[in-house]
Amino acid sequence: MRPVIPYLTAAFLFGLGVYGVLRRRNAVLVLMAVELMLNAVNLVLVTADTTARAVLPHGGQVFALFVIVLAAAEIGVGLAIVLQLYRMRASVAVDEVPLAEPPAPVLAAGPGARAATAHGGVGVDGPGTDAGAADRTEESR
Amino acid sequence: MTGADVLLLALGAVAVGAGVLVVATKHLVRAGLYLVVCLGALAGDYLVLTAELVAWVQVLIYVGAVVVLLLFAVMLTRAPIGASDDLDRPGWPAALIGGGAGLGLAVLLVDAFRWSRVELPAAGTAERLGEQVFRAWVLPFEVLSVLLLAALVGAIVLSRPDIGRRPDATSGGPDRNAATPAPGAVAGAVDEGGRG
Repeated sequence: MRPVIPYLTAAFLFGLGVYGVLRRRNAVLVLMAVELMLNAVNLVLVTADTTARAVLPHGGQVFALFVIVLAAAEIGVGLAIVLQLYRMRASVAVDEVPLAEPPAPVLAAGPGARAATAHGGVGVDGPGTDAGAADRTEESR
Repeated sequence: MTGADVLLLALGAVAVGAGVLVVATKHLVRAGLYLVVCLGALAGDYLVLTAELVAWVQVLIYVGAVVVLLLFAVMLTRAPIGASDDLDRPGWPAALIGGGAGLGLAVLLVDAFRWSRVELPAAGTAERLGEQVFRAWVLPFEVLSVLLLAALVGAIVLSRPDIGRRPDATSGGPDRNAATPAPGAVAGAVDEGGRG
């Protein structure tokens, strides 16, 4: 068995995974590319188990099993995050996720928080006075 | 070139080709199905490399569970059935970094192993791997069970919006209405607020 063949497969799969993570916009496709990278690492571990003679036999295969378990946990939590993102934004495009939080006091401003948040997000007025105005509006209705 | 080499080459070509299709296709569901082909070819690789138990665990967990979960996520996020054009970002940096990582690793590994030859060891059956897992690696094994429990709890907390909300934030954070407000409504609210 020539170990260079599975090693080359693993190297190309890892490169494809990196490319997919950076290229894709859909969060589910990003998770699929992450799976490609994890599988490349698994292939390296299993191949190294056949080529290297360690003190403990089959250490590479045991590590591959551990990585599979980690990948299962990762995909569970990742999909929970993706579905929550879809519920909040109706979109799973990763480059449309806002990285900056809206101003915190506006968010906690009571019943008028929704309109005040939107207004503060546009940035027309100062958020502090705006929250109070929208709050009074809701009460007068 | 022995039979194992030919098998490894063929399965590796299938895996890399299916991987290319996973990251290049424009159909969301087909990406998941190509992922099945890629992971199945890798399971065949593991079989040739005498890792029996890892191969069957790969088929069970990856092909059986992870891909099904991914397809569920594709369906739950209302993916379009046909081809969609907005799946990709402009990809020169991605191609540069991904190709650099792949080719760099390939050059490194080819330089390390050349065309050397090793004999395949005894097969990694469930008996041998079980001995190792429950003797030498039993502490990481138990830690992994705790990690699985933590991931379970974390996924439940994430997917239930009524857990962990602050009591004063009644609107529950930025939702769809807050993301895309109607401009007329906001202006009207501010006007009325000024009058009141």
